[in-house]
Amino acid sequence: MWRYTLRRLIQGVITVWFIATATFMAMHAVPGDPLTSDKAVPAEIRANLEAKYGLDKPVFQQYLIYMGNLVRGDFGISFVQKNREVNDIIREHFPVSATLGILAIVFAGLGGVLWGALTALYRNRLPDVVIMFLVILGISVPSFVFAALGQLTLVNLNDLAGFSVLPVAGWGTVWHMLVPSLVLGLSTMAYLTRLMRSSMLEVVSSDFVRTARAKGLPPTRIFSKHQLRNAILPVITVLGPSIAAITTGGFVVELVFAIPGLGRYFVQAVQQLDYTVIMGTTVFYGAFLVLMVIIVDLLYGLIDPRMRLE
Amino acid sequence: MSDSRSMSYQPKPGVFQPLMTEQRAQMLTRSSLSYWEDAWRRLKSNRRALISLYIVIGLLAFTVLGPLVWTIDPAAQDLDQISTPPGADRSATLVEPYRPWDGSSALPMAPGLRLAEPATTQAVRLLWDPLEGASAYRVYRNIFPMDPGDALGLPLAETFTAAETRFEDRLDLQPRTYYYTVVALDDHGHQLPARDTLEVSVERVVTVREAVSRGLVKAEDNPQPGDAVELALHPLGTDYLGRDMLARLMYGARVSLFIGICAPLLFVLFGTVYGSTAGFMGGRVDQGLMRFADFVIALPFLLFMILFKIAFGIGPGESGILPMVVAMVLLLWPATARLVRGQILQVREEGYVNAARLLGARTNYLVLRHMIPNTLGVILVTLTFAVPNAIFIEAFLSFIGMGVAPPTPSWGSMCNEGIKTMLTYPHELIFPAVMISITVLAFNLLGDGLRDALDAKMRSTE
Repeated sequence: MWRYTLRRLIQGVITVWFIATATFMAMHAVPGDPLTSDKAVPAEIRANLEAKYGLDKPVFQQYLIYMGNLVRGDFGISFVQKNREVNDIIREHFPVSATLGILAIVFAGLGGVLWGALTALYRNRLPDVVIMFLVILGISVPSFVFAALGQLTLVNLNDLAGFSVLPVAGWGTVWHMLVPSLVLGLSTMAYLTRLMRSSMLEVVSSDFVRTARAKGLPPTRIFSKHQLRNAILPVITVLGPSIAAITTGGFVVELVFAIPGLGRYFVQAVQQLDYTVIMGTTVFYGAFLVLMVIIVDLLYGLIDPRMRLE
Repeated sequence: MSDSRSMSYQPKPGVFQPLMTEQRAQMLTRSSLSYWEDAWRRLKSNRRALISLYIVIGLLAFTVLGPLVWTIDPAAQDLDQISTPPGADRSATLVEPYRPWDGSSALPMAPGLRLAEPATTQAVRLLWDPLEGASAYRVYRNIFPMDPGDALGLPLAETFTAAETRFEDRLDLQPRTYYYTVVALDDHGHQLPARDTLEVSVERVVTVREAVSRGLVKAEDNPQPGDAVELALHPLGTDYLGRDMLARLMYGARVSLFIGICAPLLFVLFGTVYGSTAGFMGGRVDQGLMRFADFVIALPFLLFMILFKIAFGIGPGESGILPMVVAMVLLLWPATARLVRGQILQVREEGYVNAARLLGARTNYLVLRHMIPNTLGVILVTLTFAVPNAIFIEAFLSFIGMGVAPPTPSWGSMCNEGIKTMLTYPHELIFPAVMISITVLAFNLLGDGLRDALDAKMRSTE
């Protein structure tokens, strides 16, 4: 187990290095640099600035310097925003994105397992048909439409109630988080429901469930100990990649609900070619995703004893 | 033993007849079905998948044939009909060209704030009686009826003297109801309590020359002021710049479907070549290739998508469709590569491949005759599921403003424009959103059906 963890972590570090290198190269392939602006800067001043920020050095040397700083955990300072270290930007805005994402995952995971199990139990009856219809809707409608609809519903709700039941946009309290994270988790929830349903149907007709029933276990115990626990495995496998999908969707939800997350900073930074912010956010996000996938894989071993042997 | 018995049993003549060679007692076997015939048979019996297939064909027809039928230019602006929902009133009246107002005309109306001439979209001409204590006036326009204490709306103008008691409004008039308010001002320009409000319904008018030049009426019909005309038809309404929604949806479908079909075709092709190479070569090469694929999978997709798109750059006048396709291909191939590699590894160990090899089959033959046909089903299913995914990505990128460059319409960018006016003109958001949803739904269900039909192992338990 420990050796496995260690191996995965080493692989993860190499992956993050690859991400950093690829980002660095892609970024420098973009014409222009952070000092390019609308205002014409005299050549001498530009040269000074370039020297100050090390932009006059060959790209490979810049790369080595950046990597050295990265190893020490220093993401550098922003080129565009005044007096801001990239570390500060991440420290301030990543928790917002992360909270949103984690809440969405929790919604999606719980909802997916619950609805999936329910549809399998009521196979081909009304609850199954209704939920599967909603699931197809959830998979086919883009997240920004859900975000817009969510906001519209909130506006109408507040209007109807005459006071602010739930805030329409912004960030701060638990109430702010509720609808955005629900919207964010919706498509993943739909996907997980489908997965859970088919895996549950497989488990229901398996030998060990028949055995459990034959030896007279109460149905609730069969459901929780035999069916649910086995059916949930495929759901957990895709949870890791889902986290990546949810961070992707997070951009839109942050945009629509005016949430000060990291996504908006990235889009802005790319437009302004703010080298350090681009690098910082990408490497950080990449590292976060890699770590999440590793954690999910380890978690899988905890839940499925068969995996531990390997 | 059988000998003796057959000797002992003598059938009566006529009971058994020898069979004629060309006669068969019964056809017990049906003609054998090939893999693809079988798959097609399965797909046909899946109603949901079949309907989805028809929808996909319909969408392609909408994209390819639509612009031939509905020949409105998607970039043309109809400034008389901005943000009109479908089925809106299109009637208008012909009038003479605009002439400056000398303030002489007056309609018989109650004193106070009143209209000097019928209110049209060409101009609203107001007259009012002097208000108490006024040394000047300010005119407001609102689109909502006002309660006391409400804001008065848009301040249009101020008069210089108390003697000037008329005003002509020509500011972006739409055929709707306006509420005009005249407020008295004191010497210092402060508002006094004396005010007067008038409700005005504005009638849509078009000048004769304009109507002829825009083809609303024919010049040889000798149109006269006062005639009624119909404005251009927009079956799905217009957007915030007065562009025809139907034409834009068709054109946007071209962009969205092009990206949604081209990019998956390319990256599935690349992933197939890559994955089958890795699976076929095996050993070190396989390990190296697949490790690289793992790295690419780990890249934060969206961030790189945006980065690549910017790196390839969008020149002036370009739509940015190609950079998006290239970026997608660069980032999305590894999933297919992994899948195909797994399939190839499986097929390689099958008995029929060994048999073929023992019979002296060359590598080329093995690949073309056994490997590819046996993985094609999986590849096809991947492709169908990749299409809605790519459409989503395009819509998503265009939505956050990093996708197709305006004025090229795509369903995503149309949603992006529509969401800003979602509360007042919902049709601008709903139509493109519905198009995206239907397309994604159809491809997803078709993919489900194909998977059930083509691949026994992946067959879902529905």
